[in-house]
Amino acid sequence: MDSGNTAWVLVSAALVLFMTPGLAFFYGGMVRSKNVLGMLMQNIFAMGLISTIWAIIGFSIAFGGDGPIIGNLDFAFMENVTSLDDNIPGFAFFAFQMMFAVITPALITGATADRLKFGSYVLLIGLWSIVVYAPAARWVFNANGWIFEMGALDFAGGAAIHINAGMAALAVVLVIGNRTGHGSEPMPPHNLPLTVLGTGILWFGWFGFNAGSALAADGVAAQALVNTQLGAATGMLGWLLVERIKTGHATVLGACSGAVAGLVAITPGAGFVGGVAPMIIGTVAGVACYFALFIKAKMNWDDSLDVIAVHLIGGIVGTLVLGFFADTAVNGEFNGLFFGGGIELLKDQFVAAVGIGVFSFVATYAIAFGIQRTIGLRVDLDAERVGLDQSEHAESAYAS
Amino acid sequence: MKLINAVIKPFKLDDVKDALKSNGVTGITVTEVRGFGRQGGHTETYRGAEYKIDFVPKVSVSIVIDDEQADAIVDVIASAARTDKIGDGKIWVTDVDRVVRIRTGEEGPDAV
Repeated sequence: MDSGNTAWVLVSAALVLFMTPGLAFFYGGMVRSKNVLGMLMQNIFAMGLISTIWAIIGFSIAFGGDGPIIGNLDFAFMENVTSLDDNIPGFAFFAFQMMFAVITPALITGATADRLKFGSYVLLIGLWSIVVYAPAARWVFNANGWIFEMGALDFAGGAAIHINAGMAALAVVLVIGNRTGHGSEPMPPHNLPLTVLGTGILWFGWFGFNAGSALAADGVAAQALVNTQLGAATGMLGWLLVERIKTGHATVLGACSGAVAGLVAITPGAGFVGGVAPMIIGTVAGVACYFALFIKAKMNWDDSLDVIAVHLIGGIVGTLVLGFFADTAVNGEFNGLFFGGGIELLKDQFVAAVGIGVFSFVATYAIAFGIQRTIGLRVDLDAERVGLDQSEHAESAYAS
Repeated sequence: MKLINAVIKPFKLDDVKDALKSNGVTGITVTEVRGFGRQGGHTETYRGAEYKIDFVPKVSVSIVIDDEQADAIVDVIASAARTDKIGDGKIWVTDVDRVVRIRTGEEGPDAV
């Protein structure tokens, strides 16, 4: 084992954990003041529930055995994890992957804001983590997974995390419906400074997410860190440019949204691209995700905080453009279309995106529908009017 | 005794306070309020979606004062709060039946 690599992966695990409270603030600032605690709770609670589920069974489903679709129970209750000791300790990899498992279901909460029953939410993300996330993580991050085997590239989870969470968000929104008053009452963000704080934490934590995915303290990690910074930076610039042209203003929320869109899009390619590619990827993502905002209005989907526009579309953009920009001079075995690899990688990237997306949508819809039809997934009208802070948690965020 | 209520632009509060102090007013009560008049609301844009914000933030200033001073003080407030742009606010005056200083029990003009 290498102590430098181990140290970097351990620090990266902590960085990735920090992204979940960052996401909580990112989303929390955008909801109405009566729902801010409900939103913070859904995110922070994922740290409690998913960590526990991951230790009991999630990691084993994702990384046990050698099946292409699903793992076995070799690592259940953290049995045999030390058998993975190699360049880094098995438990360093276990912890790093745990933090990914925690944040992925939390991403969904932006789409379903202000209307989930807390108890049902617990069941939703608990089941989702086992049934949807763990298999998807196996397909992409485990060498036996069918997407990994096929040759598609996903450095830190463009497909496994962002397309996955984005499609899951759409499925749950279709089951629970729109917020009461959606389209007729204004629901502007109640505290954008919280959103800026959350963006800063997410951006900071993302260095662990992407550069940590090198699983080593080496040149690939350094390249991934630089790419991450440039993806976020140019995502912000791209978003603000079109926003300014279209609306006349460069907004604070636009700066935050564009940075996160860039971070999402650079995620799958962070360790596979170099040169100016991260700047092109970030810019394309900032522009594409801005225009994707209008999908939900056209479809009448109340994707409240734009998980589809930012995570799903950002994830798809990042996953597909990797088919053009992957460069074996940086890392990996496959070149993209622009680096002499032909169409093969692009095709694999497309199959990976569709495979994860379809699986996530169908499986999530089934889980959400089952919960909605049994114990109910959505709060009743009175609770929604009062707000989740009081109805679900008997608390108030702000003294009055 | 009169109660003067002035709803003004928040950024004019310091000007109004200074003007009142220099005209001998010894105490004011300030409340943050929201509302609309002829100014209407304004538009905000979040992620490309336009929101009409009907209720505009204002500050409400309350002063209890002797009958004979009331008119002059209304003029002081009006000139201090004026920007000549729409949304400068309103001032109204009502009669006050009784005023008590809690600490001493003094009533009427002595209590102000």
